[in-house]
Amino acid sequence: MSERSRLEEILKAGSLEEILGTAVPYPKEIELKGRISRSIIEELSKIKNEPEWMFRHRLKALELFEKLPMPKWVVGVEELDLENLVLYTKPELEKEVKDWDDLPENIRKTFERLNIPEIEKKFLSGLTAVFDSESVYSQLKDEFEKKGIVMLPMEEAVRKYPDVVKRYFGKIFPAGEHKFSALHHALWSGGAFVYIPKGVRVPFPIEAFFVIGSALEGQFEHTLVVADEGSYVHFIEGCSAPMYKGFSFHDGMVEIYAHKNATVKFTTIQNWSRNVINFNNKRAIIEENAYVEWIEGSIGSKITYTYPASVLKGNNARTAQYVVSLSNGPFLKDTGAKSVHVGKNTSSKIVSKSISANGGINIYRGLVRIGKGAKNSTATVSCDSLILDEESRAYTYPHNQNDEPTANIIHEATIGKLSEDKLFYLNARGISEEEAKSLIVLGFISEILEGLPFEYVEVLKKVIELEFSEVGGVG
Amino acid sequence: MLKAENLRVKVEDKEILKGINLIVDDGELHVVMGPNGSGKSTLALTIAGHPKYQVINGKIIFDGENITNLPPEERVRRGVFLSFQHPVEVEGVKVIQFLQRVLKNLKNLDEIQAYEVIFNAVQELGLDNSMLTRFLNVGFSGGERKKLEMLQAYLVKPRLLILDEPDSGVDVDSLKVIAGIINKLHEEGTAILLITHYGRILEHLKPHRVHVIKEGKIVASGGIELVKTIEEKGFAAVEAL
Repeated sequence: MSERSRLEEILKAGSLEEILGTAVPYPKEIELKGRISRSIIEELSKIKNEPEWMFRHRLKALELFEKLPMPKWVVGVEELDLENLVLYTKPELEKEVKDWDDLPENIRKTFERLNIPEIEKKFLSGLTAVFDSESVYSQLKDEFEKKGIVMLPMEEAVRKYPDVVKRYFGKIFPAGEHKFSALHHALWSGGAFVYIPKGVRVPFPIEAFFVIGSALEGQFEHTLVVADEGSYVHFIEGCSAPMYKGFSFHDGMVEIYAHKNATVKFTTIQNWSRNVINFNNKRAIIEENAYVEWIEGSIGSKITYTYPASVLKGNNARTAQYVVSLSNGPFLKDTGAKSVHVGKNTSSKIVSKSISANGGINIYRGLVRIGKGAKNSTATVSCDSLILDEESRAYTYPHNQNDEPTANIIHEATIGKLSEDKLFYLNARGISEEEAKSLIVLGFISEILEGLPFEYVEVLKKVIELEFSEVGGVG
Repeated sequence: MLKAENLRVKVEDKEILKGINLIVDDGELHVVMGPNGSGKSTLALTIAGHPKYQVINGKIIFDGENITNLPPEERVRRGVFLSFQHPVEVEGVKVIQFLQRVLKNLKNLDEIQAYEVIFNAVQELGLDNSMLTRFLNVGFSGGERKKLEMLQAYLVKPRLLILDEPDSGVDVDSLKVIAGIINKLHEEGTAILLITHYGRILEHLKPHRVHVIKEGKIVASGGIELVKTIEEKGFAAVEAL
């Protein structure tokens, strides 16, 4: 099918379920489940044929997982029985995957339904596709490989570049931060390693796409992006899952290291089905004069916890964090951003936009800390909530701490409601309530959409229209 | 074309319209005047279908069809178009996108066709096309808002155009532009129900009939001479007629 008509089909689909359909059982080579213990880790490490140091890293993380308490602020996980989850699923691959055609039909079809192969061909420098626990496809276009750019499944990088990986893996986001980061480090599987050499600019985005194919499954992918001095890369993460009964659990991690003068943009568009409990651990360390931009878009899932964090380590380091969260229906998004200022003249900007509809709840939880010595640093936080009806809620819990007298933090928050008069105005112009809502929501987040590639904006617009159409969404 | 029959309307348990009877025929221009709080805007919003305005008695007939219980988007599809006294601000939605959507829904035009129609209309009416790339009514002056309402009416070319105080908060030059568009639409066959407090816009228009509304009732109906009486002697004089 031509790429254009495929994109059009996606844009015209009646609902999200139509795009991915219901999960179908598929052949798995290996499944690990049961109590999270040393024997599970041993088995996982053996399957992955990984070096001793990584095995030890996992064991240390397991020890921390057992010791650390359940974070007090986490709600909803009581429904989640970790013992009952499949902790590792290796899809059965018949041969080495060099091309989409080498993948088993059901996996290939899942990615095709999401238009991923076409997007890869047209807009991307490289793509990693993760299905359940494994990276099933990973290709970097030749021209970029020649420039020394590395993009590999994380496991392969561990074996191939142990010294580089060791330098960063778990150093940016250590296992011991909380119970779920420990769990992640103990069980991580799949994900991408990206290295951009000094001064190299990657002209088109690199994408990783994650699919959780079955119920009662845990996905613990790990992504590590290292941008060497003066380099540039835009990394896009997409997440999706078909419908199934029962929960699945996502506990992924992203570590970014932006060296001097480097720029990293990291965009996530999460649209898990409504039975995924989604936990994210994302952090960047930003060196002198480097810039990291996070765009964190949370549309799907039952519950999402995500707070991309930037540590402004070097002087003149900068970051921007755009967080968009939509809770349409009985779902919870607990999202926000963190920025920690260490270097002098550092600046951070957090823009959070949440939309609550049909009983949805959004919580903004943010942290800005300017340390003593981070002279002349500035931080701005703006936090806008849009509430579309009486049943929906939005809360904000910002925490700003400034220990440096020459620095300053500006915080703004607004809460907007869809008024009867606004709705009537649009109705009186022939625009239905559903259309009016999607128009207002898209307008509300337009500032953030402007920073995304056109093709993604088109798909996102469609997703939001579907959310508020009579057939789509879960109200 | 439009017939309001013994229309009684309440807002939050307060009765505002207390039995309005009104007939507007094809292509006519009617003016409704009256003091503040008399129910003029309520009449406009009720005909357009604002959910806050509850009809407790009587009905609204448009082209022989009872539209009293139709949702607003159905009424505008049938050709009843309200130009608002206070158009709302919609952040993030550009005027051009909004107009394209309106033309898609009401005129079945695709984006490119709509773009052409909009661009031509802006030129024809002598409006400033920089307004097209601004957010809908956000930061617009009174005159700009009213002109955008008129542009929308001109694009939609309704069967019946209800104008709720198109002359309030507008300077003399804008007033001329607005009156010009009203006349243009009227000449093309649009029937008009114009609500005004001042009467100064009437210097540019030729109404068929003038109605005076007070405390929710039409207390007088007549020709253009009613306007003169009101201007010279106030609303009280008309009531005494």
